[in-house]
Amino acid sequence: MAQSKTNNIVLQAKSISKAFGGIKALDGVNLEVYKGRVNAIVGENGAGKSTLMKVLTGIHQQYDGQIILDEHKVTFANPKEAQKNGIAIIHQELNLIPYLSVAENVFLGREFVNRLGLIDYKKMYVETKRLLERLDLHINPRTQVSNLRIGQQQIVEIAHALSLDARIVIMDEPTSAISEHEIKVLFDLIRSLKAQGVAIVYITHKLDELFQIADSVSVLRDGKLVGSISVEDVTHDDIVRMMVGRDIKDFFVKADVTKSKEVFSVKDMCLAHPRRHGDYVVDHVSFTVKAGEVLGLFGLMGAGRTELLETIFGLHPKRSSGRIILNGREIKVNFPIDAINLGIGFITEDRKLEGLVLQMSVAASISLASLEQTERFGFLSSTLETRLAQNYVKRLRIKTSSLQQVVENLSGGNQQKVIIAKWLATNPRILLLDEPTRGIDVNAKNEIYRLISELTQAGLAIVMVSSELPEIMAIADRIIVLSEGKQTAEFTRSQATEELIMKAAIPKSFVLQHSSKV
Amino acid sequence: MLELKGQKEILVRFQSLLALLLMVVIFSICAEGFFTKDNFWLVLRQVSVNTCLSVGMTLVILTGGIDLSVGSILALSGAIMAGLLKNGLEFPAFNLFIGFTLLGAVIAGLIVGASLGFFNGLMITRFRIPPFVATLAMLTIARGLTELWTGGAAITGLGKTFGYLGTGWFLGIPVQVWTCAAIVAIVVVVLRKTRFGRYVYAVGGNERAAKLSGLNVNRIKLLVYTMAGALSAVGGLIVTSKLNSATPTAGDGYELDSIAAVVIGGTSLSGGKGSVFGTILGALIIGVLNSGLIILQVPPFWQKVIKGFVILLAVAIDKLNTKEQ
Repeated sequence: MAQSKTNNIVLQAKSISKAFGGIKALDGVNLEVYKGRVNAIVGENGAGKSTLMKVLTGIHQQYDGQIILDEHKVTFANPKEAQKNGIAIIHQELNLIPYLSVAENVFLGREFVNRLGLIDYKKMYVETKRLLERLDLHINPRTQVSNLRIGQQQIVEIAHALSLDARIVIMDEPTSAISEHEIKVLFDLIRSLKAQGVAIVYITHKLDELFQIADSVSVLRDGKLVGSISVEDVTHDDIVRMMVGRDIKDFFVKADVTKSKEVFSVKDMCLAHPRRHGDYVVDHVSFTVKAGEVLGLFGLMGAGRTELLETIFGLHPKRSSGRIILNGREIKVNFPIDAINLGIGFITEDRKLEGLVLQMSVAASISLASLEQTERFGFLSSTLETRLAQNYVKRLRIKTSSLQQVVENLSGGNQQKVIIAKWLATNPRILLLDEPTRGIDVNAKNEIYRLISELTQAGLAIVMVSSELPEIMAIADRIIVLSEGKQTAEFTRSQATEELIMKAAIPKSFVLQHSSKV
Repeated sequence: MLELKGQKEILVRFQSLLALLLMVVIFSICAEGFFTKDNFWLVLRQVSVNTCLSVGMTLVILTGGIDLSVGSILALSGAIMAGLLKNGLEFPAFNLFIGFTLLGAVIAGLIVGASLGFFNGLMITRFRIPPFVATLAMLTIARGLTELWTGGAAITGLGKTFGYLGTGWFLGIPVQVWTCAAIVAIVVVVLRKTRFGRYVYAVGGNERAAKLSGLNVNRIKLLVYTMAGALSAVGGLIVTSKLNSATPTAGDGYELDSIAAVVIGGTSLSGGKGSVFGTILGALIIGVLNSGLIILQVPPFWQKVIKGFVILLAVAIDKLNTKEQ
């Protein structure tokens, strides 16, 4: 019995470690992938799931540890080599070219050619048709991919994987964007692939799905493997417990607020889905924040956290509804400038894409949102700008060689401080923070926490999105949990436990209701 | 280490200036009659039109856009000035005739230039038409309007006073060089010393971040294209008064020379990085090259080939330098 089990291991990762600039994304992870089984991987955002997949598929070539494929040690110089060895990945954002046909996508880069060196479309269509039939998808291989539904596109990706003779298919959150019916089709397909001996690595946030489709589950937390177990041996709660359960001791804990008045509240905030009619990205969310308080917003990927902050900040005026009340008065925010003028600041999640103009100097970056303060007789005064910037560089202890240093050259933590300085310079009363410590090192994190605490003591109200449980539990006075756009729970700091928060955050997909029938 | 880096940065920063000086030295040695007072003024007068256009183009390119219509707007505004000055406006239906003074005609031309630029901006911001396409359309529209307005023939005989603007001298310096210097001075101050100038860089550097910082990105772009249109009209004024006539083909292909000047001057086509100072050097490099090659009697077709390679060389050096950093 034991013998046959080891024979069924097709891919094995042995003590894989990988660090990015001093931060360990993976720390000695072991993983065994079995032939003809669905090997699920779960973990919070940032637990190391995608890094592990990038190591297995040759996207990251530098790492410690070994990958063993069919009992031989392998190293992949690039994703193509991993493909050649039968490992295919289907990303959450599909990698198809929308204006090419299904067949052209399936055989992209490996087109059949005839004797004249021209593409042999006939053969390509026949081959594609054969593959699609194996997957029970009956569409014309000539169809342009952009005309297919997301679920169908996913199957085309799977066809692509099979055309590469993939023996291991990695699926990253495959059900996140498809309809109920399409999920059923996908699950049937996964079962038939299993029967054909394909090994599936299945990454998901939706624990309920595991009990439907997975054979074993591996839980990652903070870059470490917590454990791999057979799905039959665990309950939903066991998995949640494995996903959380970190030591909270090392964390800087924000001082409690003394009772103060509400400054900011949001009522029935909604944001319509950009494409799916009648569907909401943010679904009737309401909350209040007091001066000196940090309200934490927790949610997994796709919960609508960032979108909620964006809506408050006036980035989606056409698709949103709901009321925003500031100091007892209802306000209208149609543009970011309205929010800024009312004393709202928004520190975005992505520093490089949304927070900074990378070629600008530290001084110019700090003054960007409050440039009118550095004007004298209608012209910018470098004296005033220097004074403004110098003040914040000192106060936030921003490490930079000079005020003229280009922000691109600063470390992540210092870039984040520059962004915070930019917003503090606008004299905000409310700060919206989206993942304020993502991708910065531990020391910088602690400095940011201390800063948040100082700001609240000065009377600021803060709404902070974070997907790190220990962080949100230490910093937030109250925590609201979002799941699939809806508010699913609210806790005070003393009520909150990691398990309770995680339970509220995990999407209750349809699968749960149907699972008994299957 | 830091000092070395500093020196390198200075070298990179002044590479266009060094290239210009090098060219001046080489032509002075090889081309007899290049390093003379007469030729000095000739080169400056020749680059002044391109400089006007290129300064506007710099603003546009700094926001990450492009303006292909500058040459056509130049022609139309020049023709409007000439036509109004010479013939005035006649509305036979209302038995109405409006005569124009010199100043009135010039202002009307400038307004037309600015309006067409504004129209470009409107298409780009309101209708989300890519700048390349919007201004390509304007290139044809404005050229067609010029031909309609002039009836396909040159408008000539505009008088001595008008001609003074293009050919006269003031305090020992050609009037058009004064005009050009004034424009440069204004735009430099706007770019370096006003909020708007700072925002131009922010929009080009990271539009999303600029928007999230509360900037009205559309308004900034609208203003930039309007300014580019107005500056093209100033170019139209200089060209028309220099020839003392407005021709329907005036300014044909000038957009390419002005883009070349901006690019040689080190402004990044993706936006957010560059300076008017660089653009002026770029325009001077093109002017000196033209002059030197003409004096050396290089056949005109070869001049074009050489100019093309100079553009490639300038940008290649720039790319190599930025890559190393």
